[in-house]
Amino acid sequence: MLLIHCPYCEEDRPELEFHGAGEAHMERPKNMGDISPEDFEKFFFIRENRKGLVFERWRHLHGCGRFFNAARHSVSDKFICTYKAGEPKPELSDEQIAAVLPPAKGTPANEPIVSKGDAK
Amino acid sequence: MSAPNRIAGHGRLSPSNAISFTFDGKRLDALEGDTLASALLANGIQLMGRSFKYHRPRGILAAGSEEPNALMDIARDNGRRQPNVRAGVQEVFDGMMAESQNRYPSLAFDVGAVNDGLGRFLPAGFYYKTFMWPRKAWDKLYEPIIRNAAGLGKTPVEADPDKYANRFSHTDILIVGAGAAGLQAALTAAKSGLQVVLADENPELGGSLLSDGDVRIGGKAGGDWARNVEAELRGMDNVTILTRTTAFGYYAQNMIALVERVSDHLANPDSGLVRERLWQIRAGRVIMATGAIERHLVFADNDRPGIMLASAGREFLHKYGVTPGQNIGVYTACDSAYNAAFDLKQAGVSIVAILDCRPNVDSELLSRANDLGIKVLTSHAVISTSGRLRVKSMQVRSIDGGKSEKYEIDCLLMSGGWTPSVHLFSQSRGKLAFDEDKGRFVPDIYMEDCASVGSCNGTDDMAAALAEAKEKTNEAIKLLGGKTSRAKALSVENACSMDGFLIGSADGAGPDDFVKAFVDFQNDVTAKDIRLAVREGFRSIEHVKRYTTTGMATDQGKMSNMHGLAIAAEMLGKDIPEVGLTTFRAPYTPVTFGTMVNHSRGELFDVTRRTPMHEGAVAKGAVFEDVGNWKRAWYFPQGGEDMHAAVNRECATTRKMAGMFDASTLGKIEVVGPDAVKFMNMMYTNPWDKLGVGRLRYGIMCREDGFIYDDGVVARMDKNRFHVTTTTGGAPRVLNMMEDYLQTEFPDWKVWLTSVSEQWAVIAVNGPKARAIIEPLVEGIDMSGDAFPHMSVREGKICGVPTRLMRMSFTGETGFEINVPANYGQAVWDAIWERGAPMGMGVYGTEAMHVMRAEKGYIIVGQDTDGTVTPHDAGLSWAIGKNKKDFVGIGGLRRPDLVAKGRRQLVGLRTRDGNIVLEEGAQIVENADVPIPIPMVGFVTSSYWSQCLGHSIALALVENGFERLGETVFIPMEDRTIAAEIVSPVFYDAKGGRVNG
Repeated sequence: MLLIHCPYCEEDRPELEFHGAGEAHMERPKNMGDISPEDFEKFFFIRENRKGLVFERWRHLHGCGRFFNAARHSVSDKFICTYKAGEPKPELSDEQIAAVLPPAKGTPANEPIVSKGDAK
Repeated sequence: MSAPNRIAGHGRLSPSNAISFTFDGKRLDALEGDTLASALLANGIQLMGRSFKYHRPRGILAAGSEEPNALMDIARDNGRRQPNVRAGVQEVFDGMMAESQNRYPSLAFDVGAVNDGLGRFLPAGFYYKTFMWPRKAWDKLYEPIIRNAAGLGKTPVEADPDKYANRFSHTDILIVGAGAAGLQAALTAAKSGLQVVLADENPELGGSLLSDGDVRIGGKAGGDWARNVEAELRGMDNVTILTRTTAFGYYAQNMIALVERVSDHLANPDSGLVRERLWQIRAGRVIMATGAIERHLVFADNDRPGIMLASAGREFLHKYGVTPGQNIGVYTACDSAYNAAFDLKQAGVSIVAILDCRPNVDSELLSRANDLGIKVLTSHAVISTSGRLRVKSMQVRSIDGGKSEKYEIDCLLMSGGWTPSVHLFSQSRGKLAFDEDKGRFVPDIYMEDCASVGSCNGTDDMAAALAEAKEKTNEAIKLLGGKTSRAKALSVENACSMDGFLIGSADGAGPDDFVKAFVDFQNDVTAKDIRLAVREGFRSIEHVKRYTTTGMATDQGKMSNMHGLAIAAEMLGKDIPEVGLTTFRAPYTPVTFGTMVNHSRGELFDVTRRTPMHEGAVAKGAVFEDVGNWKRAWYFPQGGEDMHAAVNRECATTRKMAGMFDASTLGKIEVVGPDAVKFMNMMYTNPWDKLGVGRLRYGIMCREDGFIYDDGVVARMDKNRFHVTTTTGGAPRVLNMMEDYLQTEFPDWKVWLTSVSEQWAVIAVNGPKARAIIEPLVEGIDMSGDAFPHMSVREGKICGVPTRLMRMSFTGETGFEINVPANYGQAVWDAIWERGAPMGMGVYGTEAMHVMRAEKGYIIVGQDTDGTVTPHDAGLSWAIGKNKKDFVGIGGLRRPDLVAKGRRQLVGLRTRDGNIVLEEGAQIVENADVPIPIPMVGFVTSSYWSQCLGHSIALALVENGFERLGETVFIPMEDRTIAAEIVSPVFYDAKGGRVNG
């Protein structure tokens, strides 16, 4: 169970208190009344779903009730930071990102068999 | 004491604490503190079970939780019975009933053992290959037989009467494992002033120290040192010691799940005691001191009862004063087995010979063996064994070849070396590295805030392990801001060497030998099976594992994984690290459902929500249905009525006279603030600017994609205050969506949202007499039709209680929904009943409500809509504000597919034969007389018998339904095809005059 830092409560709280709410920084278009199907598709359906660094929304549902954003690595599950809704995407330093990376490939355990011969 | 294998003067148990238990119905003696394994061995019993696939006789293999063979059914009484308990883990209590498993009719004579003779016809993948055809035989023949043969142990049939507890906890340092390294870590951590939890799966702290007669720590015998440390730790407030507690799962951010076996070892547990306790501990730092597990050797017929791990033999002697045999052979690739032989020899047991497959053995060990008169043969292997129910002899041969020699034995101790217990580390997503020199994986890259110390980290030397435990614990203390320890590491003498190993098959069980050399005992996987899998083309160890099932039993291959991997690697011609290791997963050892489910069963399984008038409905004989977490009165049968009759009567009474209904479960949200109208305009498709104060409007909420999300009647209480109702199940998600937009898209808007679902009790009174019934109870509201028309709201009092009185209808009759503070709900309900009943009013439940609303064509979101229905599709275009520039869903509704022809639209259906009530969900076609598959043009969403109309009614979503009024469609069922006409969804009072009555 993750520990999540609520930027409003300023506390680390267990995941049980939170609900994930999808990708962050998806701004609702101002021209919804005459939006083109292409723009609607971009807004409503297209998500990055990155394997790696993600910016995502959470709600401290069983706490203060506030929505906020987080920068997290989707492979290691580790959070870099959380920040309040409406704040810009944070600039992340290389050190911050390195701190949440999963272990490098090439360590043998738990990796499937890969050798030059099989690569074809 | 009749136990033939109990050796006086050995072990930690007291001969005066005699108890008894039964095994397969036979009464046996034991000592308090015995495990089932030690007690059976003491009684000379080696045969403890039958293997899973071949039904081969099996005995105890290990002394601890890694045991793959000796799985027992343990019972206290009929309700308290648990299958698949490992004999080395279960402590014997007086009166315990143990039964062997997987045998019929008896353990010694088992008909399933015929599989053993058929072994050559039951190779890996047997099931996949054999039961392919004929296809038809699968359902009726193969599957039932396989299912019958599958599974180990019998499922208990009675409900578990025991209680289980659940505890969350936080600590600075959690130490898993209380062997030498764990105890050293705990000592260091305890003196730091930080909070410390020390957990060990055994009843006593000390780990291998308790089964080692030689080792001395700080000048004391190992076991005594452990006992002293435990006493010291128990005296400290900042230390919690959990014995009989297994850390079975390592979860994100140092969340560790542990199970504490609280009372399974007690003969008469206090009724207040729980059976097991689940701990969920969040630790600042985790120190893993989980030790190592000895491996067996893979040789021909290595599974006969009496063949076991050398460490187990030593543990039985030192802990329980039990020898596993009287004439013992030792077969090893590792130094530590010598110590088992020495100790047993010194206890007076005959050691036939030590066979060591290594050519070179430490000279000190050899000279000690010589001193004790134990014969040692290096470069020798056991190439086969004999003995049906117990090992009787072994054939021994030099690895260089030559003739084999037979030795009579009744027990064979073996050791293939030690596998570090990296299960928890691996669960923490840490990465392992392969140590070529010692043939093992050890922790390498850490992903959590934890450390491995001692033999789980590959640190076999005990002095080095203690130093490591101290150092790593000091690091943890420093990080957590505690006081580090400068005490010197303790001296260690006479520690047992763990050098030497063999992974893969031993001599005589190679690719050319046609023998059964078991790799995985629990799933009956032999070296041959693994080779076969590779020959058949499996290249990934994950696939080899699944095809052969090696390592997939409940022991998760604690002893077998390294052997399986080495054999597969050899066959593939690859190095072990290249082949990789399969993934370790929680739980480390099996965990009972009771512990997992814990308090969440029976009444506490889930939240039950009851309305303020629940007891009143119970008193009126209501049958309830579950709607979400709510208990809702479904119908009120009278005088032996069935549901059908009750619902017919409830509808008729309501339409002719009046009916009252508990509508309290509706979600209610107050939307308040200067920007409330603006916000409502954004959230709902309807326009709200012109809705006057005191008026109601039916509102529809869409998602951005234009599909209906929720609906409900909205009351404008004031210029800046809306009382919004939602569907019963939709309240939380509607509030969540509103909060989402308010907080993240429109944070500047001055609006406040409050859930008031449970603050208001709602009593609906509907029917021609509704007004007459409630009018005299109401104060401060002009109840005349002109002053209080349909779809309006007034505030006043009813029965002296403040009310938001809404004139609205979900039945098509004149209706009122009386909102009163929840605590007054029952009193107001009773008062209305008292007045209404003599006037012919009845009470109705949710089923009658459904029928009456369907007669009017009112939709239920989630029943007549399914997340792909727009307001246009539902015939509710009128509810979309034509001049609105924006609302949630406006963009989605313009999508080409949502405005194209061919949408499924909500219509009514009348069956040609009015007595037939359609099935909800039934598929609709245009022409049933064509070959299947027939194109489907829609489906039935709601269907009821309408007593007041005298025929069935249905609502359906049908392609282009609005243009098809009057057309006939067909509903093909299994036994017949039903013809129905597409009609308007409003079946009753099409002009809608009755609501104004």
